[in-house]
Amino acid sequence: MAEQLAQIESQIAEMKQQLDALSGRMPSNKLSMVVFSGDLDKILASFVIATGAAAMGMDVVMFFTFWGTPVLRDKNKGEGQKDLMGKMFGQMLPKGACAVKLSKMNMAGLGTAMMKSLMKKKNVASLDQMMELAAELDIKIYVCEMSMDLMGFKREEMINYPDLTYCGVAKFLEEAMDSRVQLFI
Amino acid sequence: MSEAIKADKVMDLKGLPCPMPVVKISKGIKDVQVGQVIEVLTTDPGSLTDFPAWARTSGNEILETEQGNGLIKIYVKRKV
Repeated sequence: MAEQLAQIESQIAEMKQQLDALSGRMPSNKLSMVVFSGDLDKILASFVIATGAAAMGMDVVMFFTFWGTPVLRDKNKGEGQKDLMGKMFGQMLPKGACAVKLSKMNMAGLGTAMMKSLMKKKNVASLDQMMELAAELDIKIYVCEMSMDLMGFKREEMINYPDLTYCGVAKFLEEAMDSRVQLFI
Repeated sequence: MSEAIKADKVMDLKGLPCPMPVVKISKGIKDVQVGQVIEVLTTDPGSLTDFPAWARTSGNEILETEQGNGLIKIYVKRKV
């Protein structure tokens, strides 16, 4: 009898251990998003989903990389000292959210201008307003350090966002592994 | 229709498109006590599916939805 009891006890202890290990692997109620694109439409979609997720009670992490990186530049800030390639990238890529273009129907800027005026008319929040809202909702922004370096962007030319961290791919993956939802936009 | 439902707070979200109605209600719900009701006025048809989805995930309750003349009224009860 006592032997059986001891056996059951050890089985329960083993199950408890497995349960703990399992619950440790459960993803959090979190959304991790890679913002790779630098197009107005895709950035807008990113922020709509991000702010919506925050409203649904999720933790939200946005990882800006490659063409998404220049969107986080502040148009009012100086660029500091850059080499020739850095200057070229700085010139050719949008300086901040108000300079991004539509991925389709840009029509030399005319399409983007029309879309912006339509957004205003229809009360759709601008990218700048969306970023303010994201900050209010405690959405975390990570910026890819490699993209910064590759395109020659300086930290002093980036926007003042309350929760902005420079990182590499491991940080994003750590967040993604702990997230129920992962998106690449 | 909903004479029985007494709102403790009214939120006028008319003219605001996605994602603002859901963002606003998620903030506004914190301004009432558990058990109290918010009457939301919106013109966004997406809210008809968005508010129930938000309520299910946040643990709150949609008591009733009315619509007419482009105006949608949603009664939200704070449950948690």
